[in-house]
Amino acid sequence: MRVRNALLAAVVMTAGFSSSLTTPVFAQEQEQFFPLLVFRTGPYAPSGVPWANGFVDYYKLVNARGGINGVKAVWEECETSYATDRGVECYERLKGKNGGATLFQTMSTGITFALTEKAPGDKIPILTPGYGRSDSADGGVFEWNFPLTGTHAASADTQLQYVASLVGGLDKLQGKKITLLYHDSPYGKEAIPILQKRAEMHGFDLSMIPVTHPGVEQKSAWLQIRQNRPDFVLLWGWGVMNSTALKEAQATGFPRDKIVGVWPSGSESDVKGISGAEGYSAVLLQPGSGPDSQVVKDILELVHAKGEGTGPKEEVGEAVYMRGVVNAMLSVEGVRAAQEKFGVGKTVTGEQARWGYEHLDLTQEKLDALGFHDVMREVKTSCADHMGSSWARAYVWDGTRWKLASDTWFQADMSILDPLVKTSADAYAAEKKLERRRADDCQS
Amino acid sequence: MFYRENGQLKTSYQADQQIFPIAQDRWAIIGLVLFAIVAVPLLANEYTFSAILIPFLILSLAALGVNILVGYCGQISMGSGAFMAVGAYAAYNTLVRIDGMPLLLALLSGGFFATVVGMFFGIPSLRVKGLYLAVATLAAQFLSDWAFLRVPWFTNNSTSGSVMVSELQMFSWRIDTAVEKYLFCLGFLIVFAVLAKNLVRSAIGREWMAVRDMDVAAAVIGIRITYAKLSAFAVSSFIIGVAGALWGFVHLGAWEPAAFGLDRSFQLLFIVIIGGMGSIMGSFFGAAFIVILPIVLSQTLPALGNLVGFEVSTAAISHAEFMIFGALIVWFLIVEPHGLAKLWSTGKQKLRLWPFPH
Repeated sequence: MRVRNALLAAVVMTAGFSSSLTTPVFAQEQEQFFPLLVFRTGPYAPSGVPWANGFVDYYKLVNARGGINGVKAVWEECETSYATDRGVECYERLKGKNGGATLFQTMSTGITFALTEKAPGDKIPILTPGYGRSDSADGGVFEWNFPLTGTHAASADTQLQYVASLVGGLDKLQGKKITLLYHDSPYGKEAIPILQKRAEMHGFDLSMIPVTHPGVEQKSAWLQIRQNRPDFVLLWGWGVMNSTALKEAQATGFPRDKIVGVWPSGSESDVKGISGAEGYSAVLLQPGSGPDSQVVKDILELVHAKGEGTGPKEEVGEAVYMRGVVNAMLSVEGVRAAQEKFGVGKTVTGEQARWGYEHLDLTQEKLDALGFHDVMREVKTSCADHMGSSWARAYVWDGTRWKLASDTWFQADMSILDPLVKTSADAYAAEKKLERRRADDCQS
Repeated sequence: MFYRENGQLKTSYQADQQIFPIAQDRWAIIGLVLFAIVAVPLLANEYTFSAILIPFLILSLAALGVNILVGYCGQISMGSGAFMAVGAYAAYNTLVRIDGMPLLLALLSGGFFATVVGMFFGIPSLRVKGLYLAVATLAAQFLSDWAFLRVPWFTNNSTSGSVMVSELQMFSWRIDTAVEKYLFCLGFLIVFAVLAKNLVRSAIGREWMAVRDMDVAAAVIGIRITYAKLSAFAVSSFIIGVAGALWGFVHLGAWEPAAFGLDRSFQLLFIVIIGGMGSIMGSFFGAAFIVILPIVLSQTLPALGNLVGFEVSTAAISHAEFMIFGALIVWFLIVEPHGLAKLWSTGKQKLRLWPFPH
């Protein structure tokens, strides 16, 4: 008993010492808080871990480069396991910490839906670069949502354009059979309206096969595909669903070069170590895989070389990792834009950051200076357009790395996307009895 | 010493039949309810409300429903998540499709439709028992997963399959802040807890318990088995349905079928088993254990790690959380197989005798 008490006392003592030693160091610095809703466990961890690592490494890089005009980036992770209720709990936990959250990046379409209802009340913007709800590109209704660099609808459209380029043009799609194999969640379903619209326009036959969460059971789906013999399979998987799909494709004998994925299905973790994945291609909304880019070199040099890297060094530059880097970069650049209006070198509030994301103007020169040359292209947002751009490129897996299928940059056809987005946003506004923002509101 | 009923003489049937015949119990419960209504809103912060208390209240309500079916009537059900889903989607549809539908009525209609579905899936209970029934009720789970994912009508043709409700308004009360949401859920919980407590003390509750303990004997003494089992399914699914509607409307705000998946059914079953089968109080203990403990663990583990100068990664916290949580479940079930509610009553017994245990 006495020994135990002594031990306990010792633990409490050291605890007291170490906490008194660590707290006062950063007290005087300006800080900008970036909460992270990550999923490092669960069936989606293969996608979630490198994604989260990219985020953290970039914030470390920002601090190593001297912060955001001297303001230190701080972050805190909260594990959601990709579950909506845990995401809501994390949101509540982090929103008031460290002087208040600048923004939230949900990293999940389901959590985006839940937070879209909560964030406007707390005046915190929500960034969903490349994912989120597609209709939130309409800034006139969704004041606080920013699906920068593209939405799932844009993903679907660019994916289809790539397929068309394989058969020789959109007009050649006539009579083709295309199967959409999708993750049966808000994420996967976001692709459907745009593909249906395209099928109507170009006269191809679209069939849809949902795969239930978490996506490891796909035998019947691939049996259907074998019976149907589609010309192309559009893969909308996530986490373990992707590797399972590729294995099943091999087992069924479906040619891998006829399977085209989207960005959640197109990272190294989805294809590495799967024999027969060669030839599988994916259309990635920016960014793609970028092991040779300047920003990756910087991260390796300024973060990993000092032993402060997050995750294994080999994964730096992988596609989903790069997505984390780009997402973090967008969050930081929005703050920088807001600082130019509200005070350079000062911490900005969530409300001010929202202004920054709405007036984001990342030209190619700015991106190149940040080290994103040949990783992504310019993004310019406005009051009406919260998406900015939707550049995407196609990559082919050659067994060891993702290679560019061609140098073509695809961009979603806004003449098709816009009406769909507007209808959906208007329906949302009507359901919630919201008014569209007026022009003078956009000036502020 | 603290918990003696000496001198509390009951002079009327009414006094003898009240919910808490012992004065200490009565005052403790009244105090607790007053504390929850008055003091908690003053003490707790927004995070505590939104992330801990509201989910706790709603899952307690759901567990109450499950406890009536599993704990009191002895019918093991793994379709609780499905009944929650039916409640949530039915409430959503009545709210969206009928103009001027009041919130309260929409939530109760969620309960009503859950009752209908619950009774339908209760029919197999008339023929099969135990594990076989558990498997039969699983069908409800799979059916609801399928229906709410694939039938666009249920989600009002939402493209993503996710539905949302904001603007909660009851009469002229706009339920905006976390405190108001908390009080709203608390109101539901108090009403349903009192109703449930009275139901299980009444004739029908005794019928349920008789069926649970031995259905053949119950039939011999004249209890209608069909009526008892189906009424248990009905009452239980009603409460679970309302809880499901609250979970969607108040806690999540926007949801997809995954929010009411098989995991939810298991979670509710575990709440009941750990809290104590056949105990209203147990539902609360179980919900507290299952809802609050993981959150507390995920918050304290990094702090503990920091204390000893060790940075715990997010993934490690999550894994440790699962391991500690699992170990605690096993430990509790070994030391107290009748659940936390039994621990509570043992405690009361001890208090009664203290300080002279013989």
